[in-house]
Amino acid sequence: MRIRVLPFARLHDLLQESEVDLNLPDGARADDAWAALERETPALAGERRSTRIAINGHVEPFDAALTDGDEIALLPPVGGG
Amino acid sequence: MYRIVRAPIDPQELQSVVRKGDGGVVSFLGVVRGDSNEGRPVAGLTYESYDRMALDEFASIGAEARDRYGDVRVAIVHRVGEVPVGDISVAVLAAAAHRGAAFDACRYVIDELKRRATIWKKERYEDGDVKWKATEPE
Repeated sequence: MRIRVLPFARLHDLLQESEVDLNLPDGARADDAWAALERETPALAGERRSTRIAINGHVEPFDAALTDGDEIALLPPVGGG
Repeated sequence: MYRIVRAPIDPQELQSVVRKGDGGVVSFLGVVRGDSNEGRPVAGLTYESYDRMALDEFASIGAEARDRYGDVRVAIVHRVGEVPVGDISVAVLAAAAHRGAAFDACRYVIDELKRRATIWKKERYEDGDVKWKATEPE
């Protein structure tokens, strides 16, 4: 299945992309998307604890199941306003 | 009114949510300071946003303000991209029949926005260094 990942703020800086497209096996969870990104960018490992993920605009746990076409946003601690 | 914009904010625009019968109108403007919380000189801020979630969150916060404080109208406009020192980065307006609800709602909205909205700020320092700053300790 094809998944689009949107890293924000310092995660965007770390991955050096504003958008990453992944091809994952059926049954993959958000965890698997994160692992795929970590393989390419090992420094990501240190960010996991402070990152929330959102699937199609809703915060989900890392073990949430994915569907083809999902958009995953990687959200570091916020700082708006 | 819930907006994310990439141009200077005109606070007047938020007045359009005010209704006849609103006796209290309270505005908050977040302005970019020339120094960070640690006292380091800042050249400006750069904001990034995940619009779809941030706008949803603005709407949720507005609805919560009504649940808590009664019949109140809320407007939120947040600017993203590069925002220079002295410019407005966020404007919040709350209007109600009486000032109590308007003051309370305005305070609630900006506090919740800073805590929850999927928006991030990066301080750009005079020496060229940059640093992402979270609202709360990580």
